[in-house]
Amino acid sequence: MSSPISLAFKKANINNRPALLTYTVAGDNNKKKSLEILKAISNYVDICEIGFPHNTPIADGGQIQTSAYRAIKNGIKISDVFDIVKKYKKDKNAKPVILMGYYNMIFQYNESKFLKKCREVGVDGLIVVDLPWPENKKFASKCKKNLINFIQLLSPTTSSVRLKKIIKDSHDMIYYISMLSTTGGKLKVSPKQILLNYKKIKKINPRKKCVIGFGITEKNISKLKSSDGLVVGSQISKEISRSLNNRQNPVTNVSRLVKKLKNKIL
Amino acid sequence: MKLKKKIPLIDQHNKYGFWGGKFGGSYIPETLKKPVDDLTKEFQRLRKNKSFLIKRDYYFKNYVGAPTRFLKLDKLSKHLGGAQIWAKVVSDANGGAHKIYNATVHALICKTMGKKYIVGDTGAGYAGKMLSMAAKKFGLKCKIFMGAKDIKRQKPNCDAMKKNGAEIIPVTTGSQTLVDAVSECMRYWVSNCDTTHMCVGSTVGPNIFVKICGWSTAQISRELKVQLLSEFKKIPKKIKLINCVGGGSSAYGFWSEFIDFPKNQIELIGVEAGGPKNSKLHAAPLSRGAKLGILHGAASYVCQNNEGQINETESISAGLDYPGVSPIHCFLKDVKRAKYTFATDEDALNAYKLVTEYEMLKPSLEPCHAFAEAIRIAPKLTKDNIIIVNSCGDAKKDRDILKQRLAKK
Repeated sequence: MSSPISLAFKKANINNRPALLTYTVAGDNNKKKSLEILKAISNYVDICEIGFPHNTPIADGGQIQTSAYRAIKNGIKISDVFDIVKKYKKDKNAKPVILMGYYNMIFQYNESKFLKKCREVGVDGLIVVDLPWPENKKFASKCKKNLINFIQLLSPTTSSVRLKKIIKDSHDMIYYISMLSTTGGKLKVSPKQILLNYKKIKKINPRKKCVIGFGITEKNISKLKSSDGLVVGSQISKEISRSLNNRQNPVTNVSRLVKKLKNKIL
Repeated sequence: MKLKKKIPLIDQHNKYGFWGGKFGGSYIPETLKKPVDDLTKEFQRLRKNKSFLIKRDYYFKNYVGAPTRFLKLDKLSKHLGGAQIWAKVVSDANGGAHKIYNATVHALICKTMGKKYIVGDTGAGYAGKMLSMAAKKFGLKCKIFMGAKDIKRQKPNCDAMKKNGAEIIPVTTGSQTLVDAVSECMRYWVSNCDTTHMCVGSTVGPNIFVKICGWSTAQISRELKVQLLSEFKKIPKKIKLINCVGGGSSAYGFWSEFIDFPKNQIELIGVEAGGPKNSKLHAAPLSRGAKLGILHGAASYVCQNNEGQINETESISAGLDYPGVSPIHCFLKDVKRAKYTFATDEDALNAYKLVTEYEMLKPSLEPCHAFAEAIRIAPKLTKDNIIIVNSCGDAKKDRDILKQRLAKK
């Protein structure tokens, strides 16, 4: 049986376009608004990545850091994150959900308890930023047993030997980091080069769905639309910050942005 | 969980980099896997390479200034009337603290790897100052990440970094101290790891950084062993080696040669920062029962809440003001080879007053935490007990804090 994540890619593929993935920090700017944003953008996205806010995020740039600090300041707890997912998944328009976070949160919560909770609320996939391969092997297979996709990350620094091994151990989806950067950096590599690396990954195993993330905005997204999927995160965080500064509703603004992103890849 | 004899502690980890099966490791983003692997291989090669070792020893002797003094604090011992108190005056080292060992080794590695840029984090400013010195010495471009709060309280070291041509990047996120400086430095490395070498300022971070730093500061105990033999003819029967512990680089360096000795002959005591007397905040994960967690790429005891968010810390001493601690010290604690306690801000200040009153020695606020413990236990011990404190930093950088805090009374 295909996983909801696989089905989401299939659907996009039928329409001859890449899947659109968004990343938002759970609880940004608060629990209620965060859920409203997810519901609103579901008209356009294929998969929602939802981030656990963490106060020492070593791989996140300024925009997502701001979102995370904002959410923590508003009192977001792990249970709230699960609650947001649970409520979101009850929405008739809900899309597959990938939770993203740093390993310490899972470790403190307890791996098994965490996965049980994920299953309970309807999480479809997990990305753990600081748990690389091969250290993640055990946890990844635990995820699989719980019918949760563990999503392996690949980067421009990943050697070809390593690429093969990681892809072999990956589940339905893999995530290619476009460049050497934290999240939200300016795209310092040409889309052409990114796609070249992307094709190298696809060649190893064409069946694995590979998304590209980091540095993707409405300005460059169309140039990468030949990929399986594209992730936009920091630009959404930035839009929430901008809306709050201008005393506008982040829900409508983010929704408008995501609609624009979608139109660029049709 | 067990200590092995005759193998340096920095090498007693499993294939994933864990000491005792659970401390350390390398919890890093995929992008850093390759630079960390490259560095690991290079360090493995260099530490066996004779010409590299000759180079290291040359710079330790002629640039850092080895050996640093080992001396008896006669007047302080007499005043306290118990154990003999000795000091290993590591602050004699070029730049005024032990951080120069790690900085020099990293600069040498950076050069060997053909990288032109070096970045590092700093709390008290000593790691940053020393890295800027070493960078200048070896012709490397240097950026130092430092919390905005620390920039304010450790101005003399910032001035030194600038004079050495380093760029200081103020970090204004979070608590604006060392923890945020390390995060920001790691982020910078993620984005620039193809051209830039990163130096972690203590025995913390991903496994390889713990190893390089420990390998570098081990110079301290190699010197001390020789000095003990020349002073006492043999290693005395009752020794206590007292060292402050923030990240734990000076403590590891001070102890490494003595870990194989029986505990009742050479006792190892680490002193963490207890923070202000009446504050709930501290920077003492080992002695105040923090839980195991992951911070900056390694598993260690970490001051954190039950959700895994890292707690703010507080200490008068910027160099100890860090929520985590070296995985090596967690291991030493759990196998009960070392004992960890804490001293408060006030204890450290009082120790500073007493030491400077009786001796020609001006330890910085970090080693003053160690002196506080020495002062506390010395009167209860007999004269044949030998307490040795690692005076690992010089108080020059604390000029402003000392002036302010000691003037009130």
